[in-house]
Amino acid sequence: MYNKSLKELSHGLKNGDFSSVELTHEYLNRIKQHQDLNAYITVTEEIALQNAKDADIRIASKKADPLTGIPVAQKDIFCTLDVKTSCGSMMLDNFYAPYNATVIEKFNQTGAVMLGKLNMDEFAMGSSNETSFYGAVKNPWNINRVPGGSSGGSAVAVAAKLAAYSTGTDTGGSIRQPAALCGITGLKPTYGRVSRFGMIAYASSLDQGGPMTHSAEDAALVLQTMAGFDPKDSTSVDLPVPDYSANLNHPLTGLKIGLPKEFFSDDLNIDMAKKLAEAIEEYRKLGAEIKEVSMPNLKLAIPAYYVIAPAECSANLSRFDGVRFGHRCNNPVDLTDLYTRSRGEGFGKEVKRRILMGTYALSTGYYDAYYVKAQKIRRLISDDFKKTLTEVDVIMGPVTPTPAFGIGEKMSDPVEMYLSDIYTIAINLAGLPAISIPAGFINEMPIGLQIIGNYFTEAKILNIAHQYQQTTDWHKQTPKGFA
Amino acid sequence: MSLTTNDVNKIAHLARLGIDSQDTESYAKDLSGILDLMTQMSELNTDKVEPMAHPMDQAQRLRHDNITEKNNRDKFMSIAPQTEDGLFLVPKVIE
Repeated sequence: MYNKSLKELSHGLKNGDFSSVELTHEYLNRIKQHQDLNAYITVTEEIALQNAKDADIRIASKKADPLTGIPVAQKDIFCTLDVKTSCGSMMLDNFYAPYNATVIEKFNQTGAVMLGKLNMDEFAMGSSNETSFYGAVKNPWNINRVPGGSSGGSAVAVAAKLAAYSTGTDTGGSIRQPAALCGITGLKPTYGRVSRFGMIAYASSLDQGGPMTHSAEDAALVLQTMAGFDPKDSTSVDLPVPDYSANLNHPLTGLKIGLPKEFFSDDLNIDMAKKLAEAIEEYRKLGAEIKEVSMPNLKLAIPAYYVIAPAECSANLSRFDGVRFGHRCNNPVDLTDLYTRSRGEGFGKEVKRRILMGTYALSTGYYDAYYVKAQKIRRLISDDFKKTLTEVDVIMGPVTPTPAFGIGEKMSDPVEMYLSDIYTIAINLAGLPAISIPAGFINEMPIGLQIIGNYFTEAKILNIAHQYQQTTDWHKQTPKGFA
Repeated sequence: MSLTTNDVNKIAHLARLGIDSQDTESYAKDLSGILDLMTQMSELNTDKVEPMAHPMDQAQRLRHDNITEKNNRDKFMSIAPQTEDGLFLVPKVIE
């Protein structure tokens, strides 16, 4: 059953070929069998089986939605009522959320089955899932390689078929990069499309939740459940949610694809360039027109991002003070000692590095030179995208510079780790939607193709991704031992 | 631009963030490396550019001042490190 698409699973459940309880047991068994991947922080077996029983009743009474009864796993950044919500940190190792994130409420309302909470980089800060308090997650394509991050557990749960689909969040590439490195489909929606309420904040002007699935067709169904205006999130955008599955089969004749020359420079890895050229060629065969475009300010995306994101992080993470929830140090002598030691003990090294960086960038005397400057560059990058997207329908490019790197390989040098986000972070600065879809293998490790669209054109992006997945089968490949 | 261990200690104090003294050196080195990356930004003249704080340039949405949540005081207190009589406890602040 675990090899079926979401549409097939939904059909099988409604048809009575199998029950949600049977399907849920199958995934729970697989999770136990593959614990060594370290994809899950918490497995919520009891909740899953109760959700499944409820779903079977709902399906029998013909009131099922497309995702009713299908098992999902949630990134451990989404607050789940009375279930441990750790955000990959020792700071929240004892945190049982007192409410549900809006995204979780939406999955509950549709009758989804929650298998558990997925491993991630601590507070979503990392590109390899190695900064988690709960240890590194292993890539099922090669267990000595990283799965990417920060939604590493989410990507592995789907790639290794330990959940039918999962959720992730993307601040600088945290859905798309692990999706690419694990050979799955990951969509980062337009900023404001999916509610951030109850999604633990890292950098509030960049964070966005989205689906991680086997295919664009699956992603359309999941986004349908996740998207929508939420009065509880003041940056949620009040626009109607279109039917994301309706235009999946729209032909691509005349589609204008832009390839930014800054993405395809001589710096691009030669194998990666070759694989992407093959994918673009596939689009040409599907009737698309290919055009070179230029976005000169893209090269400044990394420095601008690594000012803005840490600045917002340092402000957001000030709430972890050892007073109201989370870790508290033993025997504090005074209030400053309580704050300083609780935070010092509760946060890991990368989180501390970003809090320090952000605090510095926002401090008197440096605010203009770093924070304001970065926000100005953010405007220029965003304008580059806006202008380019008047010339072409979508922009395509790599997701990552290389396939998955080795566990431990980049942990000693933060700058080298940050550079692995070079193709994804500009999209967050602009707030645009983008998807990563499997586009082949380099030395038996999967790589992704990135498709970037205009604001709120998720349906178009999904259509373009789906058409590619009708003529290729990269998205159907399964790592050895997980078929 | 490079930071000294003294700078790191000052920033850590501003952030109320405890860091191990044996790690101060490595933070100074890491942060200096990150700041080197940032200096690329100064290559670009941005004098006439308006800073961008939000992807949609959206203003904060306002709502009517109505009570929309029920009182969850007990629930929130139950996950706090230390409470007494419905209050969060911290070390004595005023003598």
